Amino acid sequence: MSLTRPRIKDERREGYLFRVRAVTGFALILLAMLVLATRFFWLQVVEHDEYASRSTQNRVRLRALPPPRGLIYDRNGVLLADNVPAFRLDVVPERVKDMPAMLARLGTIVPLSKEDLKDFRRSLKSHRAFQSVPLKMRLNEDEIDRFAVNRWRFPGVDVVPYLSRHYPQGALFAHVIGHVGRINAEELRHLDADRYDGTTHIGKTGIEKYYESVLHGEPGYEVVEVNADQRVQRVLQTHPPVPGKNLYLSLDARLQKAAYDAFQGQAGAAVVLDPRNGQVLAMVSVPSFDPNLFVGGISSSDYRQLLEDPEKPLIDRAINGGYQPGSTLKPYIGLGGLELGLRTPSDTVLSTGVFYIPGQERGYRDDQRYGAGRVDLEQAIEQSVNTYFYKLALDMGIDKLSRWMAGFGFGKPTGIDLPGESSGVLPTRAWKRAFRHQPWYLGETVIAGIGQGYWVVTPLQLAHALSTLADGGIPRPPHLLLATQDGVDGPRHQAAQPAAGKRIPYDAADWQTVLDGMLAVVYGKKGTARGLGDGFPYLIAGKTGTAERYSRTTKAYQDRSNLKALARRHRAWFEAFTPAKDPRVAVVVEVDRGAWGGSVAAPIARKILNAWLNDQASPPPAGSTPPENLP
Amino acid sequence: MSDGLAILHIRLQRFVLRLWRHKRLDWPLMGALLLLALTGLMTLYSAGNENPRLVINQAVRFALGGLLLIVISRIPPRELRTWTPWLYVFSVLLLVIVAVLGEGKGAYRWLDLGIVRFQPSELLKLTTPMMAAWYLHPRHLPPSWKHILGLAVLIGIPVALIAEQPDLGTALLVATAGAFVLFLAGMGWRRIVLLLGLAALAAPVAWHFMHGYQRQRVLTLLNPESDPLGTGWHIIQSKIAVGSGGFFGKGWLHGTQSHLDFLPEHSTDFVFAVFAEEFGLFGVLLLLALYLFIVGRCLWIASQARETYARLLAGSIAMSFFVYVIVNGGMITGLLPVVGVPLPLVSYGGTSAVSLLAGFGVLMSIHAHRKLLK
Repeated sequence: MSLTRPRIKDERREGYLFRVRAVTGFALILLAMLVLATRFFWLQVVEHDEYASRSTQNRVRLRALPPPRGLIYDRNGVLLADNVPAFRLDVVPERVKDMPAMLARLGTIVPLSKEDLKDFRRSLKSHRAFQSVPLKMRLNEDEIDRFAVNRWRFPGVDVVPYLSRHYPQGALFAHVIGHVGRINAEELRHLDADRYDGTTHIGKTGIEKYYESVLHGEPGYEVVEVNADQRVQRVLQTHPPVPGKNLYLSLDARLQKAAYDAFQGQAGAAVVLDPRNGQVLAMVSVPSFDPNLFVGGISSSDYRQLLEDPEKPLIDRAINGGYQPGSTLKPYIGLGGLELGLRTPSDTVLSTGVFYIPGQERGYRDDQRYGAGRVDLEQAIEQSVNTYFYKLALDMGIDKLSRWMAGFGFGKPTGIDLPGESSGVLPTRAWKRAFRHQPWYLGETVIAGIGQGYWVVTPLQLAHALSTLADGGIPRPPHLLLATQDGVDGPRHQAAQPAAGKRIPYDAADWQTVLDGMLAVVYGKKGTARGLGDGFPYLIAGKTGTAERYSRTTKAYQDRSNLKALARRHRAWFEAFTPAKDPRVAVVVEVDRGAWGGSVAAPIARKILNAWLNDQASPPPAGSTPPENLP
Repeated sequence: MSDGLAILHIRLQRFVLRLWRHKRLDWPLMGALLLLALTGLMTLYSAGNENPRLVINQAVRFALGGLLLIVISRIPPRELRTWTPWLYVFSVLLLVIVAVLGEGKGAYRWLDLGIVRFQPSELLKLTTPMMAAWYLHPRHLPPSWKHILGLAVLIGIPVALIAEQPDLGTALLVATAGAFVLFLAGMGWRRIVLLLGLAALAAPVAWHFMHGYQRQRVLTLLNPESDPLGTGWHIIQSKIAVGSGGFFGKGWLHGTQSHLDFLPEHSTDFVFAVFAEEFGLFGVLLLLALYLFIVGRCLWIASQARETYARLLAGSIAMSFFVYVIVNGGMITGLLPVVGVPLPLVSYGGTSAVSLLAGFGVLMSIHAHRKLLK
């Protein structure tokens, strides 16, 4: 068509056509605009509430604020367990794409020990993906700096400030205070997840474990704004946690130190009680260890060293060391003889060096080779004459003996406020049937009379029994907690003390006889701890004990000369209280390898008593805040 | 010395005066563009987490684009028309170079000139409608099938090259710019409907040729919640940003979605979401009104032109401009798939800003020479 009749371009018509199309186009644009505006209206007005809340969910998170753990003080306000600011590395697993690769990269910046990684992997399993898992505790400044520079490379990993437990007295209170440690998977399963949200450590042993619920406190939370990487940008609201309660213990740090030092590194234990109320004034187990090692996660080499140490420093000998008490039981059994009407104070027994059960061939030896001659109860205690007690035990019979001794708390936990206390063994027919599946033999009654055989006693049990004996037969469970306190400046609340048990009825005159014997141990000419009370202003009543760790039929025993060899087989004990008339302190000392109670354990007890005496006269140490109105 | 200064001062005064009285520039349009640019800079300041460098960079590009606008506005449309085939061939050649350089490198769109890197495809957004207008200029309108076919080839070459990069979004925009020329040239409605129908039929074929990530984007649009942390993240976070803005918005610099990095690409493709979050529906309506005014003014300028080439070109530029707004707005509100289309003169980015302002330069030129043409 255009070939045959070329048309001239009609500019006016084309202009008109364009204007029509332009108006049409503009109309289409208006339509599109309307659709878009409607869409905005829909999102921003109709569905606004939903998107506003989703925006809030995006950026607002609740973060638990773990409560600061309660502090622990001694009776005079000396700090035994403190909180110090520290930094740790936390990982939020869901923010990490490739965990092994991330850990490998992170390891080149902040050294991660095998234990850190092991703990971390273990707790990974027990945490939800959005919960942060601690990776490394107690970062040093260098590590913090290096991580800060590289932080962008590690989404989901952050340095978090926290309060770390610190034991300023170190090894001194390691067993009784115990220590905290990382919460493990097993513990996590049993914990109240809400109360422990954000908490990494829990009391593992000692007071820290026993009073965990008091020390822990109540967590708070804060409302924080996070960015897309879940990093906290600012805090919107804070609901502070309630700190754990501070504890005031009956322990006296000065006495504790004196007791610990008195051992001079020899393995053993000492317990010091106030017989009037059962308060524990000192409780040491030697050797000890630094509890601070356990707080940040102990290295495997340190831990192996502690485990493999032949002296077993991790064991608390005071409450878990179960030993034969030996002659230390003689005053109790002697008193029993008088109370049960089997003996009078003046009845005597001839000690010839060996005792035979009538009709039997086996001999039971005395300490002295040819015997002590004819002795009454007072002398038998003074010189620790075995024959007297062999015969008494035989006359008493095992049933009466164990029933009498049970009154002093042997064979069961004392009820001290510490976890895992051992109950020891009170030898009875029932016990032997249950645990040995054997009937009781007469010879076993004889050696039970001198604290040998099946007897197992902890130093704490013996101290508890001694306090009971010294305080008129009233058993008072040993107790550590004196008072709790809400915050450092808060009021103190006296802790309820455990109720005293049933009084063991014994006659004052009979008690006087036994007491005279115990005084004769210290002041008598033939006392096994003679000279021990020299220069002490109060009368000390005591009793030695030397328990066999191994058989006695060796040459070293026969000559009594080779003390070193003896020490390998003997355990030395000494129990004492003072003042004799009105006892205010009772001490039990146990030395794992002591040749004789009188020569090894008794001097340690004297040093402890000296320290106790000093404390009575001198003011509490500087820097401490003694709690008012404490018993 | 002071003489020299005085002369310089007088010259500067005269230059400003000349500019003020400059008949070549359409001041209502200039004012609207300036307002838009300022809005853009303000939003960028917030979107870039109050980093002034971002704003300064963008302002420099605006200044550059503005300069280009003034320069182009001085070139008569007739001149532009004579250069058009060369510009078209040149820009297509650049596309070919990019295609050759980018062999086996995945998505390759940039041409590195040492100092500046730019996307040649961006240039085609202008040269393609120019070529289409040039082609139709001497022809009788409305265009016949033969001319439509010819145009289809001219538009198809760059579109295919861009789609191959692959940059489906830009390819579609370039095709649209060309198509607008046909539409404004008065192409019959029946033909339009027929071609659109054919395009709809071709869609499954296009799907077949799409890259995996492009298909994913379309699928994600249909159901963003299906993959909330992957591809759906963009759309979900953008909708949250827009929706949480409400009627009056969270206030300038107070958008949480962008400031806390929940919103991805918040200074480039998703800057509109930042704006919507901080200024609410109220701000969005004002901004859309501003865009509408600009398009309307451009169409008015186009209708004043007496020459077919100028008219078609100006109209196409105006309508394309608005398509960007619709596509970007549709994307951030979850109406359209996520395609890399910036919000004109608000999104951070040099090539887009400069090429847009160059386009407005063409419009200014058409406006300035409207009476000279006969």
